[in-house]
Amino acid sequence: MVSRYTPVAVGGVALLFAAVTACSPVEEESSPTASASSASTETCAPASLATLTAGKLTIGTDNPAYEPWFSDNKPANGKGYESAVAYAVADRLGYANADVQWTSVTFNNAIAPGPKKFDIDINQFSITDERKQAVDFSSPYYLVRQTVITTKGSKIAGAKSLADLKSAKLGAQVGTTSYQAVTDVIKPDQQPSVFNNNDDAKAALVNGTVDGIVVDLPTAFYMTAAELDDGVIVGQLPQVGVPEQFGIVLDKGSPLTGCVSKAVDQLRQDGTLAVLEKTWLADTAGAPELS
Amino acid sequence: MTYAPSTRQLERTAYRRRQAVRSVLLAALSTAVVGILLTVAITGAPGWERVKASFFDPEAAQEYLPEILFGLWLNIRLLVVCATLALTLGLVVAILRTLRGPVFFPVRALATGYTYTFRGLPLIIVIYLYAFGIPGLRLQGTPDVLVLGAAAIIVTYGAYLAEVFRAGIESVHPSQIAAARSLGLSYRQAMRHVVLPQAVRRVTPPLLNDTVALQKDVGLISLAGPIDAIRAAQIGVAQDANFTPYIVAGVLFVLLALPLIGVTDWVTLRAARRQNAG
Repeated sequence: MVSRYTPVAVGGVALLFAAVTACSPVEEESSPTASASSASTETCAPASLATLTAGKLTIGTDNPAYEPWFSDNKPANGKGYESAVAYAVADRLGYANADVQWTSVTFNNAIAPGPKKFDIDINQFSITDERKQAVDFSSPYYLVRQTVITTKGSKIAGAKSLADLKSAKLGAQVGTTSYQAVTDVIKPDQQPSVFNNNDDAKAALVNGTVDGIVVDLPTAFYMTAAELDDGVIVGQLPQVGVPEQFGIVLDKGSPLTGCVSKAVDQLRQDGTLAVLEKTWLADTAGAPELS
Repeated sequence: MTYAPSTRQLERTAYRRRQAVRSVLLAALSTAVVGILLTVAITGAPGWERVKASFFDPEAAQEYLPEILFGLWLNIRLLVVCATLALTLGLVVAILRTLRGPVFFPVRALATGYTYTFRGLPLIIVIYLYAFGIPGLRLQGTPDVLVLGAAAIIVTYGAYLAEVFRAGIESVHPSQIAAARSLGLSYRQAMRHVVLPQAVRRVTPPLLNDTVALQKDVGLISLAGPIDAIRAAQIGVAQDANFTPYIVAGVLFVLLALPLIGVTDWVTLRAARRQNAG
């Protein structure tokens, strides 16, 4: 005799089968890639560039503008890494320093879609695909470096080279270029500590559980200036992994994007960017290079 | 005279055998049907290739297995230490909670407060407090974060195990103590020789069950910084954007738990048999 539950069971299995098939994921549409504008045919000179004010270049940044990217909250003084880069780009495009106008734009407004009140904006914008949907980015003018930070009195506070860090107990956030920098560049003798986030790493540093932590340079500046009572930047590590890139923001589809990118590329090739980085980040801001 | 089953008995036996064969065949058939349906449904689904590449990538498994195993060694050592100490702590607290007499009220209250607090506190909070909070005090002789993390696991699981032990102790009928006392045993002797052996035997299955739970939670030590199996897997996942290392670590944890689960089932079965036989 067939159990009276059998039809129910068979029906149930069939239903399950149908459900599994129905719930199967459908291929996702790949996101449309923004077409890159080409600068090869354009002439990049103030006379031919369609800026907001003819003959002038309007550059946006946030207010307050922080060290060491700017100095004294005065973007127009040419001091600080990003201010210096902005003037170098303007110079490359053919604008005299007097033709540069600064305007204050909040970080979020600058990358929001919509018309812009600047020609270019420089404000530590990381280049991401999401942001590319709303704005244009120039070629990167800065590749984010990994940096060792510690507290005053720590045994690595005076470290001058990678070798000085060998015996240290270091920490970093899981899955970051920072952790990669510890294992691939410093290669410490002790197993590093790995934390869920930078806040946990920072807590361990404050506790003295670790001698130093590795974070990216902008975070290092923020942590040592604002978050840690006696934070010290030990130094920047050699480039590792896929670094975060800072790009200049322009309006989506801006006619200037190609020219600005070309200017940045030239500045990188002729070594200007490297010099500015050394001047304003390594020497002035006290984040020396470790090698 | 030798036993010769009657015709009726032979028929009965034959019928039972036919029924048994029929059930086995039916079970085999339905299992096969369900198995085929599941295989077709899973491997035929449009996302299957991606699932295979993302969860079951042999290359990624091979690449990160050594690091995960290295991390697992930390989990195993932690498990042994934490399980032993948590069981001891649990037993002590349970005995303190069941002490009689008004003099012991503060002890009972403290023990009760402990079990209430640490059963309610999420283990993650305890680990954060111990592994980050205590070193932050910068007291002399603060132990390593590994020790602090282990202590957090021990006090949390000690509270669960204490309640299990207490349930066992209280399940022993009062007449047992009365009988022991009337034989001239002191309260301590009665506990030691009469109550505790029975109590522990009764609660062995839930104790082992809690130990299995503890075995997984030793992985939370990674919050404090040490690289255990779970963290090693997480690092692998972050490097390759492939989830196979999690699967590898998961399988290792299940394998680690299997012996303990087997023992638990066996002990439960044996206890049930003994109880029913009596």
